[in-house]
Amino acid sequence: MITYKRTTTALAISAVSLLALSACGKAETGGGGGSADSVTITVPSWVGAEANAEVAKYLLENELDVKNVKTQQMTETVAFDALNTGKADAILEDWGGVPKKVTQYVDKKKTVVRGGDLGVTGHIGWFVPKYFAEEHPDVLDWKNLDKYADQLKTSETGDKGQILEGDPSYTTYDDAIIKNLGLNFKTHYVGSEAGQITEIAKNVKAKKPFLTYWWEPQWMNEEWGLKEVKLPPYKEGCQDDEKAVKCGYPDTPLQKYLNADFAKDGGKAAEFLKNFKWTNEQQNEVAVMIAKDKMKPEDAAEKWVKANKSTWEKWIPKD
Amino acid sequence: MSAVTSLRKAAAPPEPDAKPGLLSTRRGRKGLAIVVLAAVFIPLAIALGGSGSWPNDLTVDVRTPLDDSYQWVADNRDSNPVFTYFLLHLANNSTSAVDGVLSFLELLGWPGSIALFTAIAYFAAGSARKGAKVAGIALFAFGVCGLLDMWEPAMETMALMTVAVAVSAVVGLLLGLASGLSDRWETILRPVFDTMQIMPAYAYLLPCVLIFDIGSPAVLLATVIYAAPPMARLTALGLRAADPAAMEASASLGASRMQRLRTARLPLARKEMMLGLNQTIMMALSMVVIGSVVGAAGLGDEVFKGLARVDVGQAAVPGICIVLIAIWLDRTTAAAGERLDEATGGGGPSWLPPAVIAAVTVAGAVLAGALGKKEWPEGWTVDLTGPIRDAVEWFTDNLGAGVPVLGGTQTWSEGFTDWVLNPLRDGLQSSPWWLLVLLAAALGLLVGTWHSALVAALAMSGIGVLGLWSKTLDTLSQVLGGIALTLVLGFAIGILVARSERVERLVRPVLDALQTLPQFIYLIPVAALFGAVRTAAIFAAVAYALPAVIRITAQGIKQVDPAAVEASRSLGASTFQQLRQVQLPLARPALLLAVNQGIVLVLAVVVIGGLIGGGALGYDVVYGLQKSEFGIGLGAGVAIVLLGLVLDRVTQPTVLKQRKNS
Repeated sequence: MITYKRTTTALAISAVSLLALSACGKAETGGGGGSADSVTITVPSWVGAEANAEVAKYLLENELDVKNVKTQQMTETVAFDALNTGKADAILEDWGGVPKKVTQYVDKKKTVVRGGDLGVTGHIGWFVPKYFAEEHPDVLDWKNLDKYADQLKTSETGDKGQILEGDPSYTTYDDAIIKNLGLNFKTHYVGSEAGQITEIAKNVKAKKPFLTYWWEPQWMNEEWGLKEVKLPPYKEGCQDDEKAVKCGYPDTPLQKYLNADFAKDGGKAAEFLKNFKWTNEQQNEVAVMIAKDKMKPEDAAEKWVKANKSTWEKWIPKD
Repeated sequence: MSAVTSLRKAAAPPEPDAKPGLLSTRRGRKGLAIVVLAAVFIPLAIALGGSGSWPNDLTVDVRTPLDDSYQWVADNRDSNPVFTYFLLHLANNSTSAVDGVLSFLELLGWPGSIALFTAIAYFAAGSARKGAKVAGIALFAFGVCGLLDMWEPAMETMALMTVAVAVSAVVGLLLGLASGLSDRWETILRPVFDTMQIMPAYAYLLPCVLIFDIGSPAVLLATVIYAAPPMARLTALGLRAADPAAMEASASLGASRMQRLRTARLPLARKEMMLGLNQTIMMALSMVVIGSVVGAAGLGDEVFKGLARVDVGQAAVPGICIVLIAIWLDRTTAAAGERLDEATGGGGPSWLPPAVIAAVTVAGAVLAGALGKKEWPEGWTVDLTGPIRDAVEWFTDNLGAGVPVLGGTQTWSEGFTDWVLNPLRDGLQSSPWWLLVLLAAALGLLVGTWHSALVAALAMSGIGVLGLWSKTLDTLSQVLGGIALTLVLGFAIGILVARSERVERLVRPVLDALQTLPQFIYLIPVAALFGAVRTAAIFAAVAYALPAVIRITAQGIKQVDPAAVEASRSLGASTFQQLRQVQLPLARPALLLAVNQGIVLVLAVVVIGGLIGGGALGYDVVYGLQKSEFGIGLGAGVAIVLLGLVLDRVTQPTVLKQRKNS
């Protein structure tokens, strides 16, 4: 009993002293947000986003003389938390995957502000490989999909056709779409983009038919030659009720977000990031250099910047 | 790893002392009890919810309160005094601590840092020949990190590790003191430690980020949660195992409780504490990669960049550095632990080692300064990403399909799913819920006591109450498949290793690498070999759990009394008979421990499985983190912990006894 009391006391004392030590003042809640000599750009886990970040970094360093530009890899939701606290300054490519965070930080707390369009338009859909579509051209309409359920089934989906799904953070209503269109299909969630790419690449190599949730722009698309399956067209509001969705996906203009203090006091660096805007093809050019040609990201950015002065000149703020 | 095996030894449960006759009557009594239980329970259950899946009325919504509390923290983080006056201070301090260590390492430059690490290894291992060997490992490990162009990330990881291990060790020590000195604290803390170790880190990363901000503070918190338990457990074990005679002696000399703790109990527990530190370091290192999900820099970040490009070579190179650093840390702490056995006082004066370490480090730093080269020289690097990529590609291309007779991994994968996984999952999911609860209780009673039966049944019901019944059964079918494969392979290889030294030498480095290589790296090759399906998840789990099972099995068999083996041989038993009738039965405690570790480790990889097509609970945990759905992620995490509890109770017969003995 005595030992028990002693340990408790000892623990209590150490806890209290720790509290006392740190209670001398109110903590800084923000990171370095706002200063323009250092900029931190968040990078989600896909190569297109890395292309944005590397080109922005190269230009910030070489054209705007910002000394300390950091790119930091983190998932979308964590990136919003980082922008909220000021640990990071910019998100360059958001697909609208975490609307909750946008409501909370952009609309309610106003610690994060919108930075405008990236210029790249994202499109989500259902895709089949070219060799399969050429053999069976009618597979490209959802109404005929059930005919092919038998060819598309796997041991994961039993007697139903399989739709391959990827990273959980990417917006998908496929379960609802399958149900509401009455298709004889089932989703199989891989859980990561890397896993999904590996699976698709394997099937392409073996020329096996498959159906997958996929999107543009993506650096592998050119190599694989995927064809989109037509779903009922997207109409304003048809995805509002998640359970009742029975239409395809809209074209999403990808968004930039900035830490609010950085947007206000970040000077030219902030203005530059707001101006940063390029096309799907331009982003893909850099992404292919990084992922397929295995160039170092900074070298790929440099190569693109050297060849495309007329594009990025417009992004640089005038004095 | 040497220290790992001796931990198993320390933790191995004692042989149950029941005589066969007694056991059979006890079994008979238990059988009767189960029949009675079933007779009461089944009609009740049918009246309550009928057959099939867990009834909806019996579920409780835990998601909403979890999501609400998460939301509350998000809203009040910047204004509530608990955060502004306490937690955020901790966060800011930990960031500056990590940054401080990093700038110190940068100040030393690469020659200074290597000198520092090598000198520490040399003296920790007790200088002389042993020290030279460990110092050689240090030199090699960091040299390779530099050569592979991973010097900077390696130093970032070292800085984070230094702080993380220091904090985990202190927290572990305090908790260990509490649980080693007081029975009441031990009862409270034991399930807490279990939860801390089985709960997937992915499930609590979100609140860590929210409370502590991204980057090093969040990773530190997550690391402490995961890595402190072994230090606490082994400290407690050491304190409790103190020789009663020594304690008596010090009491009779009039020492107070505090004095006795300081002068007798703690010094006697030194060896266990060193082992605890070793385990804490190894576990902390395994959090480094997960940490980069929330923005921690270092080797983990490099692994993730490789994964984003689906480039095995690029992910494997930082992985190699992690393995080498792990081996260096393991050998160093293990050697330091062994040295505690030897009489102290030998060697030079005690101020010498620190002085030499400081001198060598300064010399290295000055050298770097003089040369003006603090960063690893650019020309001195080798690019291994291409060769690794090609090798893995060749491997997966050629084993995937079309192997004559065997068919290739692809075919096995489909066969395993169709013939084992699917029937198992469908069978479990279509069984009435009460039958499974009853089964858990019955198995718990058969192998353990009333207590284990109760815990197993409650944990099983808890899963249902969470509303995760059928998802958990899906995960359970995968876990059972994984454990079965792990045990069959592990026992077989373990026996081979125990019987042949050549096999042991061959297997040991492979086991070291498999155990410390971040699991994220084999995500791509495993998916390429088996497809992004449940089988891939299972094989990832087997690869991760196998080393521990092999080690414990081999250790257990080797420790069987040679006299017993000799006796059976002289009675004319064949090799196989010796093994089956003498070695395996006598190694039973070790084999049980292997089963336990197999379960814990397979469960630990469920989340990784969620990233390569495992689905079910693992996917939910990943989904929770990626989508900021705290309720879903933590709910699935709790279900994994409960599943671990059920599996532990229905396989570990001596849990209660072990506790009384220790």
